[in-house]
Amino acid sequence: MSEKDLDQLKKEAAEKAKAAALAKRQAKLTGESAPQQDSKPADKPEVKAPANDDDDLAKRKAAAAAKAKAAALAKRAREQGEAAPPVEAPAADAGDDDLAKKKAAAAAKAKAAALAKKAREQGEEAPPVEAGGDDDLAKRKAAAAAKAKAAALAKMKAQEAGGSAAADGDDAKAKAVAAAKAKAAAAAKAKAAALAKQGGSDAPAGGDDEKAKAIAAAKAKAAAAAKAKAAAAGKAGAEEAPAAPAAPAAPSPNQPYLDKYVKVIEENLGPDVLEDYYINKLSKDVPTLVVKRDTYFKLAQFLKYNERLGFDYLSELHGTDFETHMEVYVHLFSYKNRQSVALKVKIDREKPSIDSLQPVWAGANWPECEAYDLLGIQFTGHPNLHRILLGEDWVGHPLRKDYEQYDVEV
Amino acid sequence: MLRTEEMLLNVGPQHPSTHGVFRLVIKIDGEIIKEAKPVIGYLHRGTEKLAENLQYTQIIPYTDRLDYLSAMTNNYVLCHAVETMMGTQIPERAEYLRVLAMELGRVASHLVWWGTFLLDIGAVSPFLYAFREREMIINMLNELSGARLTFNYMRVGGVKWDAPEGWIEKVRDFVPYMREQLEGYHYLVSGNEIFINRVKGVGRYTKEDALNYSLSGVNLRSTGVKWDLRKDEPYSIYNRFNFDVPVHDGGDAWARYQLRLAEIEESLKIIEQAVEQFPAEGEILAKVPKIIKAPKGEAFVRIESPRGEIGCYIASDGKKEPYRLKFRRPSFYNLQILPKLLKGENIANLIAILGAIDIVLGEVDG
Repeated sequence: MSEKDLDQLKKEAAEKAKAAALAKRQAKLTGESAPQQDSKPADKPEVKAPANDDDDLAKRKAAAAAKAKAAALAKRAREQGEAAPPVEAPAADAGDDDLAKKKAAAAAKAKAAALAKKAREQGEEAPPVEAGGDDDLAKRKAAAAAKAKAAALAKMKAQEAGGSAAADGDDAKAKAVAAAKAKAAAAAKAKAAALAKQGGSDAPAGGDDEKAKAIAAAKAKAAAAAKAKAAAAGKAGAEEAPAAPAAPAAPSPNQPYLDKYVKVIEENLGPDVLEDYYINKLSKDVPTLVVKRDTYFKLAQFLKYNERLGFDYLSELHGTDFETHMEVYVHLFSYKNRQSVALKVKIDREKPSIDSLQPVWAGANWPECEAYDLLGIQFTGHPNLHRILLGEDWVGHPLRKDYEQYDVEV
Repeated sequence: MLRTEEMLLNVGPQHPSTHGVFRLVIKIDGEIIKEAKPVIGYLHRGTEKLAENLQYTQIIPYTDRLDYLSAMTNNYVLCHAVETMMGTQIPERAEYLRVLAMELGRVASHLVWWGTFLLDIGAVSPFLYAFREREMIINMLNELSGARLTFNYMRVGGVKWDAPEGWIEKVRDFVPYMREQLEGYHYLVSGNEIFINRVKGVGRYTKEDALNYSLSGVNLRSTGVKWDLRKDEPYSIYNRFNFDVPVHDGGDAWARYQLRLAEIEESLKIIEQAVEQFPAEGEILAKVPKIIKAPKGEAFVRIESPRGEIGCYIASDGKKEPYRLKFRRPSFYNLQILPKLLKGENIANLIAILGAIDIVLGEVDG
């Protein structure tokens, strides 16, 4: 699946860069940029040609080793006459070369700038970016190519129409920022990128990256509306942007803690204690354990008294009626390790009953009374379970979703 | 020999020293308390139940009525929970306004405690001084929010009103004034031998008890646990300010007295720095949708209120009302240890022990 996506990405990136190169060349020749689509068949030689120029000034400075490698590969490819899939072959070769990869990543931004500059001077320079990008993973490649293209197009437009230059420049800048962010997130999986491509909005909440991306996309779109030519740039921007939401897939800073808890628990209590465990991203990344009902008390005791866990403080305990089941949520804290954990247990809704934690943490006393009062959860082993807020003559448990008021006048 | 009988005594629900409606049924033998049973719920308004039918912004005024001595922190904890779920970025200026409001509230809250605690144990005039200073804070918060106690000031994404002209200067001038008064307080009360003898060693508990009974805030720090969520799990912009977390290892009412006054000083430090760093202009509300919808899922956040750790749990099904809202109310948790503290105590210490815990019944009862 992911390999397929990689190929797809590679192909798209190649096509885009090619189209851009051709457009630029035409612009140089005719003083006008041509639509990108009709250039496809003609551009095979273009991909190779620039490789010869690689020894030139600006680019060499920018891309150094990665570039040289790409050039060599491109040359070799030309010699062998296998230029048809220009992306494929170098990628396979360069894939092993970590050094080149790293360098390419580091130089990608500078490269884009240099390229844009060069593009102003000679129209044929765009494709080499792709050749250089070949060293990398498909995503990075796509991002680099799109970025270079955007920059080149913007510069080209600046040449053509001095009036709209400023706005386009901003546009390109915003895109470059988005691309840089995308690059930072390049560690994420290609799968995530593909998903994001299909629909960026489906991705989990993204914070800054997404915002930046949205801005970049919006700007790109505005530009597209202004100019028919800019539409191509807008697309490039929109396409490079979805690479950004890969960031949320990064592991949580609390992941090691969760792993540790689960490991310690499974080592000592066996594998059948936990129903589920995860990092709750919505709740400040708190490690969350969902424990089986039967082992709830045992686990709670273990969490408090185990030396490596030491959750000596019960911060919060309450119940929730989820209609399909009842749930007790406990937030524990270890003053020794300065770490939190959320403990959850699902219980039957019709006859909700669960062991009391009062013998473990005295602080669970009143909260359990409250949960009993408002939700009807029976805490077995509680020394004095009573209606703490409403009074003993109250009928029903108000926080249950099926609660009906006994006396409507109250 | 004089024969004594055990006797049941009701303290409250209407009793000036309970600071609200709180009832304590105590069994006494002579002057010694054999057993104490707190009865709460007189002020239960079902905030959590009501919230299930309210939009997030509509819930904010209800939070004012939980801990009504420090409504700003309650406002904040709800907004903070929703913002955490939504991943909202709060504008700078709004963050500073929030911190200023919360810290002023903290000073006001500790002032009320200081005045009423001393009133409870027989010193009348400190109460008047404390309320004089508190009135100034309330006036400032009134100018900011339009209400004296139930502010309804914060919103998901920022605050409702910008600081009026000259408000920041007023706050700035208040800091040195308050410092001077605080010195006076110490001069008036803290060195008084009668007072010290009255509170020293009263209501003592250990660090282990404090943790076991889920105490938080000053009640926990008075046993030597250095833990303040503003410092240790920084929220808002508290990591930008220089301040200490006062701790004491006495574990008694005297320790808690000293800590609360020390906390006023620390809050003044924060206010001073916040005024200094206060951005000249900027948004006070982030770009949030008109109708706030927390994403599907659940979150629990906790912050430091004057009374301890106030938390807010939200379970959302993606609608504009919470599916379930729960407040972790520090006074409710802190009060649990009372029966243990009272057992075997002299009845004369009852009020001192209860007062030193610093409860607000609106918060205990939810």
